[in-house]
Amino acid sequence: MTTATLSRWNRFRESFLWYSFRRDKVAIVSFLVLILMVLAAVFAPLFAPTDPYDLAQIDIMNSELPPVGMQGADSAFPLGTDAQGRDMLSTILYGTRVSLLIGFGAVVLQAALGILFGLLAGYLGGRVDSILMRIADVQLSFSTLMVAIIVGAVFKASFGNLMFGEIAIYMLIFIIGIAEWPQIARTVRASVLAEKKKEYVDAAKVMGFRTNRIMFRHILPNTLSPIFVIATVQIANAIISEAALSFLGLGMPETQPSLGSLIKSGFDYIQSGSWWITLIPGLVLVVLVLVINLLGDWLRDVMNPRLYKG
Amino acid sequence: MLAFLVQRISQALLVMFVISVIAFAIQDGLGDPLQEMVGMSVSQEEREALREELGLNDSIVVQYLRFAGKAIQGDLGNSYFYGKPTLEVISEHLPATLELVIGASLIIMLLSVPIGVYAAIRPQALMAKFFMGVSTVGISIPVFLTAIVLIQIYSIGITVEWFPVDTGWGQWLNGALSTEGGLPSYGRGDDLTHLFGTWYSGFFSESGLLHLILPCVSLASIMLPLFIRLIRAEMMEVLQSDYIRYARAKGLSAVRINFLHALKNTMLPVITVGGVQVGVMVAYTILTETVFQWPGVGLMFLEAITRSDIPLIVAYLMVVGLIFVVTNTLVDLVYGLVNPTVKLTGKKA
Repeated sequence: MTTATLSRWNRFRESFLWYSFRRDKVAIVSFLVLILMVLAAVFAPLFAPTDPYDLAQIDIMNSELPPVGMQGADSAFPLGTDAQGRDMLSTILYGTRVSLLIGFGAVVLQAALGILFGLLAGYLGGRVDSILMRIADVQLSFSTLMVAIIVGAVFKASFGNLMFGEIAIYMLIFIIGIAEWPQIARTVRASVLAEKKKEYVDAAKVMGFRTNRIMFRHILPNTLSPIFVIATVQIANAIISEAALSFLGLGMPETQPSLGSLIKSGFDYIQSGSWWITLIPGLVLVVLVLVINLLGDWLRDVMNPRLYKG
Repeated sequence: MLAFLVQRISQALLVMFVISVIAFAIQDGLGDPLQEMVGMSVSQEEREALREELGLNDSIVVQYLRFAGKAIQGDLGNSYFYGKPTLEVISEHLPATLELVIGASLIIMLLSVPIGVYAAIRPQALMAKFFMGVSTVGISIPVFLTAIVLIQIYSIGITVEWFPVDTGWGQWLNGALSTEGGLPSYGRGDDLTHLFGTWYSGFFSESGLLHLILPCVSLASIMLPLFIRLIRAEMMEVLQSDYIRYARAKGLSAVRINFLHALKNTMLPVITVGGVQVGVMVAYTILTETVFQWPGVGLMFLEAITRSDIPLIVAYLMVVGLIFVVTNTLVDLVYGLVNPTVKLTGKKA
């Protein structure tokens, strides 16, 4: 049997990617944990004992119950309850969902911007390149978190609290996407610079293809693996940025909490001894970010693209 | 060198110009100064007259030029909330933030160099692997979470009752895992020493220093892993180079090679990166100050946002922008001075 006749699945099973994945225990464990968390978050309405968005299911009498295993715990709330009497397990599942949604959405947006600007800068060169990369440099020197905080602050001041709360998810995706595109643009530009010297690009030019077609149909597919690696790490960064913005009160409102706003609302009660309201969502956030980072490290080692060079 | 200097400074001016345009756009787009100044009872004609007098009917360009002209003279308007010049408000809050950054930088410098060098010299040692593992995890922990955990452990204290209390070992384990708490986790304390101008320092009294511990450790914790990794990577590269091998062949002592010859060349890129990290540090001070209610510029900025204190927001942006631009330009210039291999003029490689 030749490779050409192998099915996609078989080709995947014989690939180097699968081979190195099977041999790397850290990657396997991280992947399993991540899949588990993503599934739990996506199907939160099925798993969660209560719906934290539904005010009818919340009883203020149940507020600040500790997790099971401590004195005064109620077995109906395995991870305890928060100050409003919401079940922590349910709010964390729904919160992870919001955090993942924002992280993923922000990376899609920044990848779109980064790929577009990176391709333009790398392929066209000249003035376009220097203007785009100068903007990227300046933005990076301000640090992505700082840019996100400033943009978030301006948006919040101009939309007002209520309005901002309603469209917070889209706002956060937009803010984080805008703040972090330079990372991807730089990576794309570096690979485009290497690709555009190759013969197939010359061939395409000789055949008279338009610039757009060469950029998106010929060069882009060959720059995908570094984009893939950096996008993985960027999801973790976006989740942290979202948590930071929400913690500062520039993110998700308490009625529709993400992991960051759960940590924020729990922090007000830490002095009264209710550590679980803030520390359990915090632990979930750290585990989520850690497994994504570890997977990103592994992917980088396997695909070994030249990141950040050029 | 002169061309390099001119290029960098003109670039810095350009960035500062862009920041001022953004700041002006925010001020122009978000606030109607008239509404802040007059009540409902003022008639339409009076409003129009006041508009004309304040120059709000002038073209955008004229208004921007007026804004920029005032900004250069150090006049960024009055804060709505504090009722005094914004720059005065910022200068009152700046020392607190600076002391936080100084304390955190001290911790970073004192810890990252020895740990990074050790991890580079003995990459296989158990301790080195432990430090690298901790720093990988450390990078994944947001600064406000570290701060909250620190508050729980060292300020509130934890009581562990997992082990049987009636046995000696159980009591001992419970005691060993529990903490007293008691460190202050709120503000700067009230025993501050007046240095000069608006600078009241917490470095000279016991209460001031105690209040500094947790915020500084939190702020340091987020930057520390980065610096340890950087120093380790740079040091390992330097240790591979020819002159180190030559020094070894010459029979110099390991201490002399590692700390005199290798460390010197390791620190150059580290200092550059450190300078650039100032930007990241400012963002993290906002988070740290929020957790500890530290009365610095970060907390002031956040409060200005909730109070819609537009002039103060704008002034903060301008001041922070200036700090960024100045440090980045200085770092670039210093790097160009110390490292002769850097491309001075914008020649194509």
